[in-house]
Amino acid sequence: MLLIHCPYCNETLPEAEFTYAGQAHIVRAEDPSSQSDDQWEEFLFIRANVKGPHYERWRHFHGCGRYFNAVRDTVSDKFLTTYEAGAPRPDLASLTEGQK
Amino acid sequence: MTRFNAFSLLKNALSGNKNWTEQWPDSQPKDEYDVIIVGAGGHGLGAAYYLATQHGITNIAVIDKGWLGGGNTGRNTTIIRSNYLYDESARLFDHAVDLWQDLSQELNYNVMYSNRGVLMLAHNVHDVQSFKRHVHSNRLNGVDNRWLTTEECKEYCPPLNISPNARYPVMGGALQQRAGTARHDAVAWGYARGAAARGVDIIQNCPVTAIRRNADGSVAGVETGKGFIKAKKVAVSAAGHTSVVMETAGVRLPLESYPLQALVSEPVKPIFPCVVMSNAVHAYISQSDKGELVIGSGTDQYTSYSQRGGLPLIEHTVAAITEVFPIFNRMRMLRKWAGIVDVTPDRSAIISKTPVSGLYVNCGWGTGGFKATPGAAHTFAWTIAKDEPHPINAPFTIDRFRTGRLIDEAAAAAVAH
Ligand SMILES: Cc1cc2nc3c(=O)[nH]c(=O)nc-3n(C[C@H](O)[C@H](O)[C@H](O)COP(=O)(O)OP(=O)(O)OC[C@H]3O[C@@H](n4cnc5c(N)ncnc54)[C@H](O)[C@@H]3O)c2cc1C
Ligand SMILES: [Zn+2]
Repeated sequence: MLLIHCPYCNETLPEAEFTYAGQAHIVRAEDPSSQSDDQWEEFLFIRANVKGPHYERWRHFHGCGRYFNAVRDTVSDKFLTTYEAGAPRPDLASLTEGQK
Repeated sequence: MTRFNAFSLLKNALSGNKNWTEQWPDSQPKDEYDVIIVGAGGHGLGAAYYLATQHGITNIAVIDKGWLGGGNTGRNTTIIRSNYLYDESARLFDHAVDLWQDLSQELNYNVMYSNRGVLMLAHNVHDVQSFKRHVHSNRLNGVDNRWLTTEECKEYCPPLNISPNARYPVMGGALQQRAGTARHDAVAWGYARGAAARGVDIIQNCPVTAIRRNADGSVAGVETGKGFIKAKKVAVSAAGHTSVVMETAGVRLPLESYPLQALVSEPVKPIFPCVVMSNAVHAYISQSDKGELVIGSGTDQYTSYSQRGGLPLIEHTVAAITEVFPIFNRMRMLRKWAGIVDVTPDRSAIISKTPVSGLYVNCGWGTGGFKATPGAAHTFAWTIAKDEPHPINAPFTIDRFRTGRLIDEAAAAAVAH
């Protein structure tokens, strides 16, 4: 079972309280009707599917209910960090293994 | 290659089974091939086999980072069925089920295909409506599938708990009689042996680290743990690792890789005559010829390449199984494992040309590609050989995510294997 740190509740809790919500930092276009088919494909369907540190969203479903972001290594399943939604993408180099 | 027949079995039995020749050589790479297939799972090996037998192409290497059949082919719960909702899927999976019928004879290798029937349980009104819709749609497509009442389900599968007070009441089920199981390893071994006998090199323990392209953009070959290998065509069939491999050729795909787990019990005498699936509770069960109960679940919720998966899912699955089959609640489970499955947004596969000339991809089989092995391999080989899709796989392009012509089995609630 993963242990996940909710940046809002500031607690590290079992995975069962959380739901996974896919890749993070995918921004919906300001003006959707301006988008080409290629851009829609990219936005809706194409995913990084990284083997290694992955920027992703989680929701503290059975807690505060809020969405937040995380960087998790998809090979070890270890969380490198979690941070509030809307915060800038943390720099990978500055993240050390196991940090919360 | 020694052909298996009554005479060769008897002859080798008399000499203590010590004189069998190896079934395929452990090949080392040549400098150049007509076709390199990345991934020696059932799909990749099968594609090599059909390229050799049906398209006269034998200068082929199938390259795997591990041992052949060590990916999802050797990790799945072996459920075979074709009762998918949409016309495109029905044609593709039924093509595979047709090929399964005499695959053992075709390969001269016993893949132990057993059409013991697959029963999908309906636990609520929505299930009933959705499965009946599947039954009607399947019948229009000539695909075997029929509706069973609660009592008929019990008759078909006696260990089932049909008490009206059950936590998951059985309100009926959809039975595909022609569906069943096969021996997963034997499928990989049979195709490997058949392909190798026709000159295909199977190169194991050799990761493909990058796909190289020529100045004009076309494919040049692959970079591997054993050096660069030139190829006229490269065909990727790497299941959960497809995104990673294709990214090196600059092709980004609509895939996410999730762990999918399964487990087996201690072996017991024959008790379970068919395959039962329950989409609502995400649990699947059958009994292997060794006697183990083979139990599968849904994917973990997060993407991962860890090939492990979490215990909460196993707990959930076993809890559901013991509710539906209380007879098993004191069985001991022996081991559990996971494979990494590549999932597309519409839950349908991709067997397709790519934007890179000479590069082909077969992926997106997610939680349910074992059943498709012969059909996927056959149509993938066609696509590689002719540089155009077979009519059966023509709708399964990468392009559909741009055009919007999805094959939306996800929405059709075919969440399962
Ligand atoms: C637990 C579990 C249960 C399942 N149950 C069912 C079921 O009941 N019914 C069903 O139909 N399907 C089921 N599936 C899905 C099914 O197993 C797969 O869809 C199918 O086996 C895929 O076959 P494949 O040959 O494409 O992939 P694989 O057998 O995974 O082959 C891909 C190969 O590519 C190799 N590879 C990857 N990257 C590289 C690289 N860089 N270089 C070289 N080689 C590489 C891997 O080592 C692997 O051997 C299940 C899967 C799992 C994990
Ligand atoms: Zn919280």
